[in-house]
Amino acid sequence: MIERAGSSLLQKPAVLSELEKKLINRLQHQLPITESPFQSIAEELGVSEVEVISTIRNLKQKKVITRFGPLFDITKNEGVFSLCALKVPAEQIDRVANQVNSYTQVAHNYLREHRWNMWFVLAARNSDELENIFDEIVKSTRCEGINCPKEAEYFVGLFLPV
Amino acid sequence: MIPEEKKLNILDVLSAGIPVVEYPYKELAKQFNLQESELLGFIQDAITDGKIKRMGMVLNHHKLGFVANAMVVWDVPDCVVDKVGNILGKQKCVTLCYQRPRQLPEWRYNLFTMIHGKKRQEVLAHLSQIIDNNALHEYPRDVLFSVRKFKQGGARYVNE
Repeated sequence: MIERAGSSLLQKPAVLSELEKKLINRLQHQLPITESPFQSIAEELGVSEVEVISTIRNLKQKKVITRFGPLFDITKNEGVFSLCALKVPAEQIDRVANQVNSYTQVAHNYLREHRWNMWFVLAARNSDELENIFDEIVKSTRCEGINCPKEAEYFVGLFLPV
Repeated sequence: MIPEEKKLNILDVLSAGIPVVEYPYKELAKQFNLQESELLGFIQDAITDGKIKRMGMVLNHHKLGFVANAMVVWDVPDCVVDKVGNILGKQKCVTLCYQRPRQLPEWRYNLFTMIHGKKRQEVLAHLSQIIDNNALHEYPRDVLFSVRKFKQGGARYVNE
């Protein structure tokens, strides 16, 4: 019996306080690089540092914030990224998702409504390594695959105001 | 000067996240036998070099109600791909716009955009508006809504 992989996207949204909303909007931008960054944020928002710290901790605990720290540009860190897709038969989705997720080089992995239904991002140190991992995934999952490395970036800037 | 090897180690530890405390860098610096100011300088340099885009956070956008997440893909002739890519990248609701190679015959699309919203109808309405406002009707496209999330942000910066 294969365990159902992943989580449905139809989960209930978290209920947020006014301060939580303000923090989420503010923290999607640059955090000041100072000894006490949360003190700076607190001053900006007109609340205490203690409130800022406890609210962020709470948002992490509620899993609204996945990670707090540096956002890397892997292309400037001698690494490569690629978006890959597999065509997975419906009855094999859980098996293949678990297989794909078991690779540490797989970042995001989503099921989408399409013939090409499993979309994941691969990260590797160079393109040879990336292609090898891609080939290995295609072979081990026995699914058809496509590997779509980035050729040009026109925009990237996920900002979701709440 | 921080040795190269140590820099990689610092980046790897940072990638797991910084502690949410009054003096986060003081705590981390101890771990690396550095002064707080050396670690702050290192991070500032990494931002100047572009290795780190910024210090901030990764949000679980589903928990915020942004559950309608569409990858909209376009088949645009190579000679106009830059023009269309720049137009799409400027739209308020487009959070990402990349050119990627076609994988013929299996995959004809060369421009990838992401549109996030709270409801599917809302995302589709945004899309029709973008198409109408910029006369993009002639380019074949497809909309791939996400239905399940298997993994988010799992890859580490340094893979051993």
